[in-house]
Amino acid sequence: MAKSEQEILESLGKIINEITGIPAADVTPEKNFVDELDIDSLSMVEIAVAAQDEFDVEIPDDQLKNLKTVKDVINFIQA
Amino acid sequence: MRITQGAPGARVLAFGHYQPANVVTNDELAKTIDTSDEWIRSRVGIVERRLASAGETEIDLAVQAGGKAMATSGLSADDFDLVIVATCTMETQIPNAAAQVADRLGIQAPGAFDVNAACAGFCYALAAANDAVRAGSATNVLVVGTEKFSNWLDWTDRSTAVIFADGAGAAVVGASDTPGIGPVAWGSAGDKSDAIIIRGRDSFLQQEGQTVFRWATTALYPAALAACERAGVDPSELSAFVPHQANLRIIEAIARKLGAEKAVVARDIVHAGNTSAASIPLALSRMIERGEVESGGLALLFGFGAGLTYAGQVIEIP
Repeated sequence: MAKSEQEILESLGKIINEITGIPAADVTPEKNFVDELDIDSLSMVEIAVAAQDEFDVEIPDDQLKNLKTVKDVINFIQA
Repeated sequence: MRITQGAPGARVLAFGHYQPANVVTNDELAKTIDTSDEWIRSRVGIVERRLASAGETEIDLAVQAGGKAMATSGLSADDFDLVIVATCTMETQIPNAAAQVADRLGIQAPGAFDVNAACAGFCYALAAANDAVRAGSATNVLVVGTEKFSNWLDWTDRSTAVIFADGAGAAVVGASDTPGIGPVAWGSAGDKSDAIIIRGRDSFLQQEGQTVFRWATTALYPAALAACERAGVDPSELSAFVPHQANLRIIEAIARKLGAEKAVVARDIVHAGNTSAASIPLALSRMIERGEVESGGLALLFGFGAGLTYAGQVIEIP
């Protein structure tokens, strides 16, 4: 069964917390990774690799650069 | 037809290194490039690097490092019959570096060839030296990694100019009754040839940072482990892990997966930058000089870079 937006958000929060140390509670859908969460391009790769394993999706680098907000990632995983 | 009788094993008898005198800090780079000390430290882990002067060539760097390794080994120039230079930053395609390095070091008429496997080059060259001694093609081999990357950088490109640097490291490989160099584990990914590239003679190094970072942090760990397995060494037995000094975050990601609890992990990039084919012998030579690793301990060397290429082997530290 497909995961709900809330379930994906919670898992993403855990992944981002493990990789960057940012509190999972700060990871909310409208947040921009670079400008608001201060996550750099290499950490984005680490997050993408971890998300691929967690959600069984492929997130190639040319797609990754279009994923600006947490909501973008959730939509990509749900698509 | 006859074939040569090789040695039962080969080992690294000595290391040597050389860095140009000119230390360039992040703050100095930030005066002319849109970057900052904080940005460079957090992305790649570099605090400072060495850059060669205008008149100092990659041959000069190689001669300095090679001469030190030869002196430490106790061998004389007459003892060498093969010189291999790993480099990807030669100013000229012809002639190669190895014959000139040999001549400058007084080694008479040895076999001499260059290896271009970019940042993996030293491990390829070391494997070739090991095989040459074991097959009887050579008795003592001087292996040098040397780079003058400052000649191939766009000094306005903050994604490369802050990373790459100049330097050289060398190893002397000789015959041994017991093996001191393990089997090489090597491979390549030519489908990603565009990821790190100098497109032409008037061009500069370009790198797709995210692609390389993803590849290095996910695809390379199995090859590093294979180098251990092929030598019959468990990562827990390693006293040093000396990966190519590409990026501190890549180094730490591979080291974490390898789980070599006892191993000192080379973090030479912090003060040397990324010196491509020179980085592994440069880092290990400096670790030996500082007394951080003991003679007789096992070190996993693992190079990776443009091509994309990779190679690694376990060695006994001289």
